[in-house]
Parts: sequence; structure tokens; C-alpha cells
Amino acid sequence: MTCSHPQLDAQGRLKHCLTLDGLSRELLTEILDQAESLLGVSRQAVKKVPLCRGKVIANLFFENSTRTRTTFELAAKRLSADVLNLNISTSATAKGETLLDTLRNLEAMHVDMFVVRHATSGAAHFMAAHAAPHVSIVNAGDGRHAHPTQALLDLLTIRQHKPDFSQLRVAIVGDILHSRVARSQMIALQTLGVPDVRVIAPRTLLPTHVEAAFGVTAYHDLSEGVRDADVVIMLRIQRERMNSALLPSEHEYFQLFGLTEERLATAKPDAIVMHPGPINRGVEMDSQVADGRRSVILEQVTNGIAVRMAVMSMCLGNQGLTSQHLEDTAHA
Amino acid sequence: MLNAPRLSIRHGRLIDPASGQDAVTDLHLADGRVLAIGDAPAGFQPDRTLDAHGLIVCPGFVDLCARVREPGLEQKATIASEGRAAAASGVTTLCCPPDTRPVIDNPAVARLIHQISKQHGLVRVLPLGAMTQGLDGKSITEMAALKLAGCAALSQADRPVRDTQVQRRALEYAATFGLPVFLVPLDPELSAGGCAHEGIVGTRLGLPGIPEAAETVAVARDLALAEQTGARIHFRGLSTARGVEMLAEAQARGVQASGDVALHQLVLSEHDLEHFDANCHVIPPLRTYADQAALRAALAEGVLTALCSDHQPHDADAKLGPFPETAPGLSGLETLLPLALRLVADGVLDLMGMIERLTIGPAAILERADLGRLAPGSKADVCVFDPEAVWTVAPDTWISQGRNTPFMGCELRGRVSWTLLGGRIVFER
Repeated sequence: MTCSHPQLDAQGRLKHCLTLDGLSRELLTEILDQAESLLGVSRQAVKKVPLCRGKVIANLFFENSTRTRTTFELAAKRLSADVLNLNISTSATAKGETLLDTLRNLEAMHVDMFVVRHATSGAAHFMAAHAAPHVSIVNAGDGRHAHPTQALLDLLTIRQHKPDFSQLRVAIVGDILHSRVARSQMIALQTLGVPDVRVIAPRTLLPTHVEAAFGVTAYHDLSEGVRDADVVIMLRIQRERMNSALLPSEHEYFQLFGLTEERLATAKPDAIVMHPGPINRGVEMDSQVADGRRSVILEQVTNGIAVRMAVMSMCLGNQGLTSQHLEDTAHA
Repeated sequence: MLNAPRLSIRHGRLIDPASGQDAVTDLHLADGRVLAIGDAPAGFQPDRTLDAHGLIVCPGFVDLCARVREPGLEQKATIASEGRAAAASGVTTLCCPPDTRPVIDNPAVARLIHQISKQHGLVRVLPLGAMTQGLDGKSITEMAALKLAGCAALSQADRPVRDTQVQRRALEYAATFGLPVFLVPLDPELSAGGCAHEGIVGTRLGLPGIPEAAETVAVARDLALAEQTGARIHFRGLSTARGVEMLAEAQARGVQASGDVALHQLVLSEHDLEHFDANCHVIPPLRTYADQAALRAALAEGVLTALCSDHQPHDADAKLGPFPETAPGLSGLETLLPLALRLVADGVLDLMGMIERLTIGPAAILERADLGRLAPGSKADVCVFDPEAVWTVAPDTWISQGRNTPFMGCELRGRVSWTLLGGRIVFER
């Protein structure tokens, strides 16, 4: 019943990054601007800035994820932080240690930031609520709840291609029900003023109240849903959802909701296609689309490092830096 | 209880829903019973006189569901610790569900609970016997023996019987002995894995949902079985508008079915989950404002005849984790009265109606005419409270061993001054 904002400090600056829900348009824009400035670092010969020198960042992954963990690790290293990688799913919790015990033990090693991925919704909020005052928590995905840095890197990618959010039509296709990525995307797109956000899936993969909860429009037909879309975001679908009460088969799913050039024909000619990866080729989309001219999937990966650098740097106290300052630091 | 003192409670506003009395008067008690209301009998010399000026004097509250965690879960609470909390809350009778360890599925466990609670003498604990052995949902218990051992009713706690045939047989067998059956209306499959109302807030937070249909499907099944078997069923803790609507419709047709609601369902909603407060993790889940309004209306209309604490004390560790991984339930005894008074402040019930749903309402569901009333000769179970006292919920004044309340730090209105059990003062502030 506490009403204080769980992720901002008393001055309204980012302390933790748990969810995009409740963050202002100005703050989201600042993160994207910082990320844009930091993109240059990766292209330099010496790929480092000293923004987080002397800080210790621990990647605390209770769920396996090579890709997300790697980009967080690279981002932290480019900020000159020391990085610890802990794959908890195979160590502590298997021995019965609680989440809080794990947090306390690592805090005792003077870690400044935890990047947390956990299978349970609310895990990052829980850790932020119990972390020592000097510790920041960055949510790298909790259950079905949120994956803020993924949504931010998607927004950065969209902005690079379609700078005016107020004119956009965005379609999100796939397993919305179980997707933390989709939830964070829908919230951020709404905050940034995108007027038409659509979700496309069979009813079994849409939360019952998705339209009211996120201000989006639900479609059950792919061609109709992507009609005149500027951006088409495909979600990863877990194979274990197939042959269950949720979906009958990969075959039928691809027939109805798999993205092909043909189905993409109703979208705008300059529409971009996105996917958080890794792609199930032939389930969510065919290779022609994944590798085609509209695909910006690899740009998403590159942007992911810059966005994570921006978020980590801001949570560790570097908010309010101008892009000029960042560039100076980058060239120092 | 033999040594109950002679007491006079003077100048209080006596409200007794059973007789309809609401007047400033005196109450005289002797030998654990009500001796007289108004003038004391000639020659009556009280051992002690309580000045209840400005206070409400009413029958002690009857709570249809409060877990005391003993035997077996003493790390969470004990009959002694929760007895103290009950006494401080004006509750003189409480029903404890059978999900103790061991389960209350045999007379020995029921008698043990009776013995321990008598020994402490803080609150009358009525055990609810299990419908099935070990709450396994497969084989029915020795219900006749459980009744003899003092079980007031039967229950599956929060583990509803999945097999409809077993449910039917259990209801038939219970009806053989005239035992009421408390049912938590929750379809086990539709609620499996869920921890929040399947609505806008739960969807936004990505919390696995429990849909309204988890309740309505169970209500429909059990109403049909009650009608078929003639068993008397009581829905323990309804949470949806549609659920109470179905109950009202069945009651109108003469089905022997009653219902109660937990107080937190009437003051909290799904919106209280927004910061993942594990103390708001309850089953059934906190639902929508519309559900809350319908539950309040059903209470006012008499479809729901009891208010319940649904007290579930937990150890701190049970609530220390990400929301879905925490144990459901809140510690509700100490907020029972102030939350019930909020219904009066909000115009849902008048004071008489509120007290009725905390006294003879639940007593009638238990078919216990000897509880929840203050007439000459009846048990001297009395609650004296100050409806205007404002207090702040704080850890150092909290009595229950379970500190899992979402109201910690909140200012509440209404506080118990004295509680008497069988004429003895078991709590005084």
C-alpha cells in the first residue's frame, strides 16, 4: 500500500530499472537519447567509456539466456565496470538458497548493481524493495511482467527508422499472454504517444483484458492486423506451448500467424520487421522475411548494447548528462 | 470458566441483533452468563464494574474462518498467540479450517484443538472437520465421529474436491448427520497457478490470473449438488459479483445455501496489487471495484449473512519472495472490527446490521443458537468497543504472530476496549 515510486529516487531520477510502467515520456526519451550517443562507442577502436569505472555489476540470471546476458555483459564492460556473471539456475537456488539470501551474499561483496532475470513476475520489484540503499536493480526480464531494456532497444530501433511516434501504426504478433517483452512494448509505445498499437494472436495467446489494460486493439487475422502497419514486431513463441491447450500445432500456427512476404503485403511498403530473437524460423516467420530488406533484427542487437549502457549508466548516477558530454567522455 | 466474576458493564450502548435491542443501558453478568439487562437484580454486588460510557456493548464476534495454525504450523502461529489476537479483536468464537498438520480428519485432532484452546481460555475454537481424509479429495471422513468430537461443520479448507462424484457423496454423507459444509468456491483447474484476479491490473503486471469463472464454475457445481443432495452448504469467501448473483438466485429457489465474505474483499481491490505487495496476495484474489460493490450490496441485502476475517497468519519468510511465490492469505483478526466499521461509515450497513453479520449471522450458519446473542441466560461472550477510537497499525502493537497485513502503517477507526469470554475478561485495553 506504499505509494512511493519503486524505481525513482527522491529527485525523480532513475535508481532502478524495473518496468517502463510509470516512467514519463521525457525520461524514456532521455534514455533513448543517451543510448543514441553511446552507439558511437561500439564503433571506436577502443570500445570503452569510463562512465561506470570502479563499479561492480553482477548479472544474476535465474533463467538461462545467453543473448541477453552477453549484451548486458558487453554493455557493462564498455562502461568500464567490473562484471560478475552468475548463473543461479544451476547453483544457489538448487541448494535451497532463497532469492533474498542470494541478494544479501552478493551485496556483502559490494556489488553496485544487479542485472536480474527471473522466471517469476515481480522478482525485480521484490529485489529492489529489499536491496541495500546504494544498490541498483536492472530488470532483465521477470516472468510475464516486464523486460524494459528489450522494449527500449525496440523503441530506439523504431525511432531510427520512423522518428515521429505520433504517426505510427505498430503491430505486435504472437504470444502476448506470456510475453514480458510485449507488455513493456505496449506500455512504452503508449507513453511515447503511438496512436495505433495492435496485437495479433489467437485468443488463447491474448490476455483476456489486453485491450483495456494496454490501450491496444486486438486482431485475430494477421493480414488484417498488419494492414498499413509501419512496424511489425514478431514475438518468440515457446515450443512447449505447441500441442497443448493453447495451440494445436506449429503447422497451424505458422499457417495463420507466421509472417511471410505475402502476408506482409498489406503493411506499408516501408514497414520494418522486428523480432527480439532468437527466431524460430518457419514458426514465427519464414527466412525470407527474417533475412529480407525490411528486417531490422540485427540492428536491434546492436542497439541493445547501447540501450543497456544508457540504462546502467543512468541508474548508477549519470543521469542528466548531455549528449555533448557523453561524446566528450567517449573520446577522452 | 467456573470462576467467572460478577460484572456490571454500565452506561454502554447495548446492541443485540438477536433481540433487536439498541439502547444505552447496563449489562450484568454472573456465572459466565448474562444475568440481567438494565437494572441489576436486587442484592447484586458486582466484583467489578466496567464503565462503557460512549462505547458499544455487543455479543462477542463469531468468525467463520480464522487459522490458528496449531497443530503443526507453530512457526506461523499458535492457539495461544491467535487466541490473544482474537480476544483483542472482540472475537469470542472462531472456526479453524482443517488444514492443520495433521489434518482435522479424525476426532483426536479435533479434541486436541478443543483441549488446547480451553486450556488457554482466550477464545472458543470450533474446529472444522475435513470432508475427505487428509483433504485428499478422494475418501470421505468419519463425519459422525467428527461431529461428536465437536466439529461445527465440515470443510476442505482451500483444497476443493476435484472429483464431482466424491463431492456429491461427501455432501450426502454430511447431510445424513445434519452437518453444514463450508465450501471455498474455486475451480481447482481454472485457478491452478494463479495468484491474481484475471483483470486489467493482473494483466498489466503479468501475474498468472484466476478468472471470475474459477468461482462461478465452482458455485454452479456446488449449488447443483446441494439441490440434488439436500445438503446445507455455505460458500466461504465469495469474491465475484456473478458468484453472489448465482447464490441469490439459488436462495430464492429455496436451495439451502449461505455465503460469507472476507472483510478485505470489501475494502481492497485488484488495484492494491500495483506494487506487488505480497500482503495483498490472497485467495480468492482481490477483484474489481465492480465486484467489491456487488459484494457490499449482497451483504446489505442479506444474501451474504456473515463477515469473516479469513485470518491467515504467516511467518515472515512465507511472504518474502516475488509475489506469485509467496503464500496467500493475510492476518485479518485485528483489522476485522475497523474494516467492518468502514462499511457503516460508507453506508452499506447500519451498526446493528454490521454487528448482526459478526454475531447471529455466522452463528446461524453454524446452527448455534447459543452463540452471538446477549439475552438473560445466554453465554456472557461480550465485546465492548469504541467505534470512534483512531489507531495506527504498527508492528509493536500488533498481537497476532502473523504480521502479514497490508494495513501496516494505516490509520484505522474502531478499537476493542474489553472482550469477555464466558463472563471472564480475556482482553482489556
